[in-house]
Amino acid sequence: MRLRRKAVTGIVILVCFLLQSTVFQTLSIGSIAPNLLLIVTVSFGFMQGKLSGMWTGFVCGLLNDLFYGDLPGFYALIFLCIGYCAGFCTKIFYEEEIRVPLVLVAAGDLLYGLLVYGAQFLLRGRIELLYYLRRIVIPEMIYTILITVLLYKLLYRLNKKLTELEMKERDSIWLRR
Amino acid sequence: MKKKLNWNIKSKHILTAVILVCVGLMIFTVAAKFPVTPVKRVAAYAVVPFQKGINKIGTALDEAASGFRQKQKLVEENKKLQAKVDELTAENSRLTQDLGDLERLEELYQLDQQYNEYDKVAAEVIAKDTGNWFSTFTINRGTDDGVQVDCNVIAGSGLVGIVTEAGPDWATVRSIIDDSSNVSAMTVSTSDRCIVAGDLRLIDEGKLQFIHLKDDENKIQEGEKIVTSDVSDKFLKGILIGYVSEIEEDPNNLTKTGTLTPAVDFEHIREVLVIKELKQKGESE
Repeated sequence: MRLRRKAVTGIVILVCFLLQSTVFQTLSIGSIAPNLLLIVTVSFGFMQGKLSGMWTGFVCGLLNDLFYGDLPGFYALIFLCIGYCAGFCTKIFYEEEIRVPLVLVAAGDLLYGLLVYGAQFLLRGRIELLYYLRRIVIPEMIYTILITVLLYKLLYRLNKKLTELEMKERDSIWLRR
Repeated sequence: MKKKLNWNIKSKHILTAVILVCVGLMIFTVAAKFPVTPVKRVAAYAVVPFQKGINKIGTALDEAASGFRQKQKLVEENKKLQAKVDELTAENSRLTQDLGDLERLEELYQLDQQYNEYDKVAAEVIAKDTGNWFSTFTINRGTDDGVQVDCNVIAGSGLVGIVTEAGPDWATVRSIIDDSSNVSAMTVSTSDRCIVAGDLRLIDEGKLQFIHLKDDENKIQEGEKIVTSDVSDKFLKGILIGYVSEIEEDPNNLTKTGTLTPAVDFEHIREVLVIKELKQKGESE
């Protein structure tokens, strides 16, 4: 069932958005909160492929845009590109692999940080890239990677469950015929 | 001869299409003033109740946990405060006598009303910006309670920010420490105008930057009060922003730049007050 997968993805995105804007803002370290939406985007891209990652990223980014963005489409664009890129690694996706998603999340978050800096800060004449790297981008990346270790396992199990259910359904139809 | 239409939609085509949609959306919003507010409202309708709920649970847990610990402390504190109350009562009676003089003098100088006489509504902070780059947050009051876009938000004694979006029961506030915030301000003693600008680099130190302060006679000292100016479009006049902590002359020898310590503790904002009154604007509106 395609629909179920979509619904589950939607719920995961919504829950992560809610957690990110409430609970994790309270758990922030040095006013840095992890980027859960990015983890979701990269994980789905990695586990299910380019298109899935792209759409997940699009929805995540759009949520961000609608609530806290000035320019609708900006975060959506960043997230969907990251999700799509993560999808290139779906070929090396196998069970219990955690290093690849970690590296992907790290790279994704770095890219995200640099793009936000470039578009929203550099263009306004804030040129100390190194300061922002040290203050925001790198800490956010580290915190996000730490959270990935937990969240990816959850998402992985969810994905496995979904796949198993889909397999079962397909088999049962096959047998009935 | 029929040519077989080879129309395979590959993932990269979809990617291109969606990217175009995003870029188009951005351009459209900027160029054509695309009304995003209704869309935002619909999205908020689904999300804000959850944020409120989570926030309530968090607050309850927090209070339950800290309740036990604080009890003992409170008893001690209560004793101390009682002593203080006695002391202050004595002082108060003395001050009441001075108040009569003050009122007379105020009338004399035709001082404007203090901002604590504006009509206000209390609100709780229920969620914060998901990213780490900007300082915006959501509060649990909206147009139903008289909160509108451009309403000023204060906490305790100082300015917190301004409402940038408002729904029926929520509003988004951009705080003045946000990197993209600029507030027109003035000094209290000399009424020299300056711009108070948020700067991400100063957030750690808990400070704000002020620029373009014209101070020919070098009267401004550290500790000078900075309030919102009378020429600001959106901020009501005379709301305390903070106190000057450093000041130095710009290379152009005409204006001064420095940092100020805000009157509000932005790290721990939980409740804010929204001033319902909007700044009066000219006829051009």
